[in-house]
Amino acid sequence: MVLTGAEIVIRCLQEEKVEYVFGYPGGSVLFIYDELFKQDKVRHVLVRHEQGAVHAADGYARSTEKVGVALVTSGPGVTNAVTGIATAYMDSIPMVIISGQVPTAYIGQDAFQEVDTVGITRPCVKHNFLVKDIRELASTIKKAFYLAKSGRPGPVLVDIPKDVSAMKCEFAYPKAVSMRSYNPVIKGHQGQIKKAVQLLLEAKRPMIYTGGGVILSDAAEKLTKLVRQLGFPVTNTLMGLGGYPATDRHFVGMLGMHGTYEANMAMQHCDVLLAVGARFDDRVIGNPANFAEVPRKIIHIDIDPSSISKRVKVDVPIVGDLPEVLDDISKLLAAGGDRPEEKAVKAWWKQIDEWRGKDCLKYDRKSKIIKPQYVIEKLYEVTKGEAFVTSDVGQHQMWAAQYYKFDKPRRWMNSGGLGTMGFGLPAAMGVQLAHPGAPVACVTGEGSIQMCIQELSTCKQYRLPVKIILLNNGFLGMVRQWQQLFHGNRYAESYVDALPDFVRLSESYGHVGMRVEKPGDVEGALKEAFKRKDDLVFLDFAIDPTENVYPMVQGGKGLTEMILSEEL
Amino acid sequence: MRHVISLLIENEAGALSRVTGLFSARAYNIESLTVAPTEDISMSRITIVSVGSDDIIEQITKQLNKLIEVIKVVDISEAAHIERELMLVKVRATGKDREEMKRMSEIFRGRIIDVTETTYVIELTGNTAKLDSFIEALDRSLILETVRTGVCGIGRGDRILKV
Repeated sequence: MVLTGAEIVIRCLQEEKVEYVFGYPGGSVLFIYDELFKQDKVRHVLVRHEQGAVHAADGYARSTEKVGVALVTSGPGVTNAVTGIATAYMDSIPMVIISGQVPTAYIGQDAFQEVDTVGITRPCVKHNFLVKDIRELASTIKKAFYLAKSGRPGPVLVDIPKDVSAMKCEFAYPKAVSMRSYNPVIKGHQGQIKKAVQLLLEAKRPMIYTGGGVILSDAAEKLTKLVRQLGFPVTNTLMGLGGYPATDRHFVGMLGMHGTYEANMAMQHCDVLLAVGARFDDRVIGNPANFAEVPRKIIHIDIDPSSISKRVKVDVPIVGDLPEVLDDISKLLAAGGDRPEEKAVKAWWKQIDEWRGKDCLKYDRKSKIIKPQYVIEKLYEVTKGEAFVTSDVGQHQMWAAQYYKFDKPRRWMNSGGLGTMGFGLPAAMGVQLAHPGAPVACVTGEGSIQMCIQELSTCKQYRLPVKIILLNNGFLGMVRQWQQLFHGNRYAESYVDALPDFVRLSESYGHVGMRVEKPGDVEGALKEAFKRKDDLVFLDFAIDPTENVYPMVQGGKGLTEMILSEEL
Repeated sequence: MRHVISLLIENEAGALSRVTGLFSARAYNIESLTVAPTEDISMSRITIVSVGSDDIIEQITKQLNKLIEVIKVVDISEAAHIERELMLVKVRATGKDREEMKRMSEIFRGRIIDVTETTYVIELTGNTAKLDSFIEALDRSLILETVRTGVCGIGRGDRILKV
């Protein structure tokens, strides 16, 4: 049948079973919006800023196994979306962004709202397309979804000039995609897998280190099975939290710059390291030279060959899809019947438990001022560990990661790679739409929340009962912490004067706001907030402005050079 | 170490900028880059000369492979291979220099492809070192203009880069 370009776009989204499109209309996408209007299969969520649209699609994707979709207009619509796209790219989030472009005849003429979208987004997308020929529109959108989701996932942008969305063409949605230049490896190399198993069996001080790849590839179940089979300690990166149940005794906590003492010590001192869907980045292993000082054998499983041996030399690289490879390892272990070095591993656990005994996340529980750690612990208790938690970037993000015990994957959504302030609230909208009725908490700071606060209006329009947990210390806390520790207590521009009254602010958007100033009121306020199932509740916690995140590994230092809390 | 990386890429608009963008974004070196369609015009072949440690070259090839439009990547300098570059040199050719230029061109097996009363254009093919030494051998004041294509390369014998 013959359809217009705009009709084709909508039909493609329907074929891909897209539930929600997050977007903002404008001149170049008017035909597409017109077609959205005429149907009700694909629902559109009108945000208040394009950055919010992309973060919302991102949150939707992170909390489900689906591709997030955003729709923006040309020019400023696209440039506003770039932060969101780069955020998704750094964390490998499957997403399709459809952007309007000025008519093909105007491209390159500095037309109104023209920007070189493909050029601007090139370094922060997995791939992008400019569709100049309507006959390629359907197949391009099909490719975009396929690329976004397969291999190492990522955002894919499709730029559609206005005249293309108005032209007509015969429509047929391709059933499958085949690209000679793109064939991600799924099955791991069997010889390498054998070598890995051998190393794991010989390990005296083994360690399993897993990242966001486990979440993205839905490998948590297979990972849990393998860890239990081996009986080895396991740590998750910030992106990997929930990949292994945090309440299990094999879990030694998050590692890295603000990782636990036991996780960082075990990471540094292990003799065999199994890295699963993680990329040894600077916030995780600290200085690579320092990390390499201790001899250890490293097995690295990842779907992206370029992640392997990028920052750290690896002994046994395995390229493949994590569930497949983990399953192969499990099966090979079971079939061989050999057991890991029991005595040595027992002694290793003894050492780890000794490190664990340091209780590095200890904080002052008798404080008269609200401690942020306490708020997160209570949040965990009140939500029984079942909430979907999004966060912004800074101290509150680290406290949420340290004190909320994620037992399940896709429950923790944060901007780990790019570190985007303003991510939390719009991401929570996407999560809430994907999981109606489920408890969704956005843990944030007074700096971050103001970077996308306009989305409170979107939350009202779509009745999204997100609970905002604002840890308000009146400072850009993480900046202040660095300034205190490394810049001689000079708090350059990290104090935020003239904060709004967040209670009245949320009320003016039509929500419920509560200010909490005493530790004794924390639990009650949280309970009250989560009881209000249909309301967005904005909880403004006045927390201790002097509190720091510990442990801490200073940038460029080795993993074991941790600064610990004064409480220890 | 100097490496010659050859790749096949879909012959599509913007494909080249993905390659060059990758090099600048990740701070890799490009000494030269040549590109043209192959016998199958749906594909282009790019030859990049880059300098870097083994680790960096490994990352370069992996990152190039990761680009969606890149079909195949080979470091042809890992084994026996041939490199060629084409250079056109416009020189002043007057008086006694006229005969001297012709002689130099013959020694280097160049060809004079344009002649005026005062200038020659000499075409020279060879590896980078040969072209460099030709330039060295000329009196600098007589060189009016040079243009080089950059290196293209191919593996010897059975080493074939094809889809």
